[in-house]
Amino acid sequence: MTNKRIGRISQINGNMVTADIDTFVIQNEVAYILHGQERLKSEVIRVRENTAQMQVYEQTAGLKIGEEVEFSSELLSVELGPGLLGQIFDGLQNPLPQLAEQCGFFLKRGVYLNALSDEEAWEFTPLVKKGDLLRAGEKIGLVSEKLFKHYIMAPFELKGALEVLSIITQGKYNAKQSLCRLKDESGKTHDVFLKQKWPVKAPIQAYAEKLKPEGALVSKMRIIDSLFPVSRGGTYCIPGPFGAGKTVLQQLTSRHAEVDIVIIAACGERAGEVVETLKTFPKITDPRTGRPLSDRTVIICNTSSMPVAARESSVYTAVTIAEYYRQMGLNVLLLADSTSRWAQAMREMSGRLEEIPGEEAFPAYLESRIASFYERAGIVRLYDGGIGSVTIGGTISPAGGNFEEPVTQATLKVVGAFHGLSRERSDARRYPAIDPLISWSKYKSFIAAEQKERGHEILRKSYEVSQMMKVVGEEGTTLSDYIDYLKGEFLDFAYLQQNAFDAVDEATTEERQAYVFGFIYRRILEAEFALADKEKALQFFQKLRQLCRTWSSAPWGSAEFKNTEDEISVTINTALKSKEELNV
Amino acid sequence: MYKVYTKILQISGDVITVEAEDTGYMDIAEVTTRQGKSLAQVIRLDGARVALQVFAGSRGVSTGDRVRFLGHPMRIACGENLLGRIFNGSGMPLDKGPDSLENLIDIGGPPVNPVKRVIPNKMIRTGIPMIDVFNSLVESQKLPIFSIAGEPYNDLLARIAIQAEVDAIVLGGMGLKYDDYLFFRDTLAASGSLSRCVFFIHTAADPTVECLLVPDITLAVAEQFALSGERVLVLLTDMTNFCDSLKEVSITMEQVPSNRGYPGDLYSQLAARYEKAVDFEGAGSLTILAATTMPGDDFTHPIPDNTGYITEGQFYLKGGVIEPFGSLSRLRQQVNGKTRPDHRAIMDTMIQLFASFRETLEKQAMGFQMSSWDKKLLKYGRMFEQGMMSLTVNIPLEKALDRGWEILAACFTPEETGIKRDMAAQYWPNNVTTSPGHKATS
Repeated sequence: MTNKRIGRISQINGNMVTADIDTFVIQNEVAYILHGQERLKSEVIRVRENTAQMQVYEQTAGLKIGEEVEFSSELLSVELGPGLLGQIFDGLQNPLPQLAEQCGFFLKRGVYLNALSDEEAWEFTPLVKKGDLLRAGEKIGLVSEKLFKHYIMAPFELKGALEVLSIITQGKYNAKQSLCRLKDESGKTHDVFLKQKWPVKAPIQAYAEKLKPEGALVSKMRIIDSLFPVSRGGTYCIPGPFGAGKTVLQQLTSRHAEVDIVIIAACGERAGEVVETLKTFPKITDPRTGRPLSDRTVIICNTSSMPVAARESSVYTAVTIAEYYRQMGLNVLLLADSTSRWAQAMREMSGRLEEIPGEEAFPAYLESRIASFYERAGIVRLYDGGIGSVTIGGTISPAGGNFEEPVTQATLKVVGAFHGLSRERSDARRYPAIDPLISWSKYKSFIAAEQKERGHEILRKSYEVSQMMKVVGEEGTTLSDYIDYLKGEFLDFAYLQQNAFDAVDEATTEERQAYVFGFIYRRILEAEFALADKEKALQFFQKLRQLCRTWSSAPWGSAEFKNTEDEISVTINTALKSKEELNV
Repeated sequence: MYKVYTKILQISGDVITVEAEDTGYMDIAEVTTRQGKSLAQVIRLDGARVALQVFAGSRGVSTGDRVRFLGHPMRIACGENLLGRIFNGSGMPLDKGPDSLENLIDIGGPPVNPVKRVIPNKMIRTGIPMIDVFNSLVESQKLPIFSIAGEPYNDLLARIAIQAEVDAIVLGGMGLKYDDYLFFRDTLAASGSLSRCVFFIHTAADPTVECLLVPDITLAVAEQFALSGERVLVLLTDMTNFCDSLKEVSITMEQVPSNRGYPGDLYSQLAARYEKAVDFEGAGSLTILAATTMPGDDFTHPIPDNTGYITEGQFYLKGGVIEPFGSLSRLRQQVNGKTRPDHRAIMDTMIQLFASFRETLEKQAMGFQMSSWDKKLLKYGRMFEQGMMSLTVNIPLEKALDRGWEILAACFTPEETGIKRDMAAQYWPNNVTTSPGHKATS
């Protein structure tokens, strides 16, 4: 074991390298290809007789037959500890700002840096004493990271009861100093440091039990929270053709969602979009904490022109970090954009391995990989009774915008909510372009069930009438149907659509949503209007729409809000059927 | 120093396999045949067997021909000397000028570290209202022009090249018809823009594989200009030919195809090129406009589909105009808030109303009775098409916004447009503001 295990390159095909070996190899262990001064990271993904095949996390240009490959005996892992928040990593957890300091504009291959600093000292407060018995994942002490109490926990991979042999006193320590010594049941001792490692492809399971997702995760997006809600610990997906606004939706969610920590996995998407997030987040103040948004965010960024294999690992890196913070009793939201690129990375590798292709050349294990990724979401009860959650929202970029494709279908089987974006809505500039007719959610909304159901019903009715009108024309439609059509359009325009570039309209709190939805439900959806003809009806609703748009940009609780509400009420009153008419 | 190999084992498509040792993956070799010399690139290594893609094509290659490995990846000269020059897809001069061998750089260099990018924030004005008002072009943006064969996409590219405010233009032509090449050369020369241009031209008559090099060469040269502080516009036409070449080579290499014969890594291949678009912190910028013809005008075809997921929007050129639906500049919000306060209101409102106009057109085509609202929309739609959409309109942004208000006022009352009241109060022509009650339609 002490001898380095070495192989030699025998084949190169794109980012897949085959090495001849005469030692043992471990499936999924990390191997380094030695090319001159460069050490290129790769992962063993298949072993065949005397050869090991590896996906290389870097460009392979210039590699030669016969070059050495060094096997490391370690699975692909991430470092977990204080210092993750506010950081920007690539898919292999290299800190990008530090890489930029070292290498300038471009990403130089073969340069790997520690994810977390070894030198930085943190004020540590112990929480256990000598002789205490712990389980893996239980708290040993804490440091304060940005806004949070960052707990240092017993290493997750340890088994059974762990006895505290020694614990350091309060003080400033860095990642090289042992803080605590534990003895496991077999008598083996383990040192605990500020940071620990965890293999990304395995879920962290150091908790008492996994619970059913409940309690709304308020995204402040009206169409989501009111009609297609997501629960803490739940999963949802956002498929949509290009240009429908998936990424904007994710960005808005990452800003406004009511969670403790947001992990953004920019997986194989545009670099420009990540740049926007990473440059603006330090400047945006989180209204709930008064601190910059970047203080509660970790960005994992493996954009489309960065190496494909690292793209595959980036979502695992992200979910592992999410699970780590969940272990501290925090609510974490993981936004993965886009899971299709991750699936494509698997497809590229599968093609190079010459595996028998499944549908659209995706590998046969696509579904199980997607399922096991989303299953890492959930609410858990920790050993100390605390509750933590990981919620996962993934975008999907279906080929041709067609939801029948393998990635969308495999994802729909395992998620709890589906926010389907449609080209028709985005073409009509109806943002967010979540199509209320195809989307669904299995979670509970904070809007009363009968109100929410009425909302869905009027949208469906409105759509049916609009389809009918295409055949029989407006003149062939009854006035009452026409009014239902206008009500649906009104609900869509005045409530479901949100202007992301309006400081007030872009985020709506739970309280305001419940109030406004209730108002629209009582005063408009359920109202019987006395409108003489279709033209009058159209004018009435156009006016209402304009008023509601003004209402939406009025700050909650302001005089403008109140005044506009009164004006809307007056307008409605003029068009209502009188009591006598209703009794006829 | 360089070893010469003469044992060619296999020739299949434009890929030859030769027995050689100590060759680097992606390295360049020179193949000497009876027709002359051609460059070739290593695309697979398997023990001593080296698969090479021959840029000039394999026709006429003999199993006894000489292959000499140069020991480095593909390189191209760059720098100010290139301005005004025209080269072919392998970087050989087409303009009778000297070979360019200075400042050689590797093509297909590493990606930019995302933290070294800056948020795009500079608008590139074009004088085309459908771009400036509705889908502003932004420095460092990558935008394809989706079109179909026969549409004037090259004319549009040339017009943008002439009118856009940039320092240098690098044009990469792939599978270009010879007359289109002459069109670009002559149009840009006539406007005096040629001296700030570099051309890399692969014509339809040239070997397919050479087409694969064009984007990399073009972007490598452009990147160097950008690093030296210039604002560069890269024009690529037509990316569909590039993708088809990729398909051809991957099928030759017996790769499992994923969708309609295209390789599974089409997305990554395109992304590696388009993502070269960048605004460097403390240096210049690189903007990409790429014509992509859609086979059968089909958005869901793998080429436009994968492109759309990579680029920051697209212009959709159909019927000789930039279609408002289907066209999108994702970066417009970065710049259109800083132009004039009414820019966004005009943009959103006019498009929403135009969508309603299209619905009314459908109704009209089916013979339904036109309501007075429908009639207003019809009037609006015609005015919009003539005053905004037509590519003959050539006015600056501010004039276009004014024209937008005029068109709206000519057709609607402020309530009907749904524009917020304070905005309408400020900009509605002739001081017509909202009235409290319903307005009688006139």
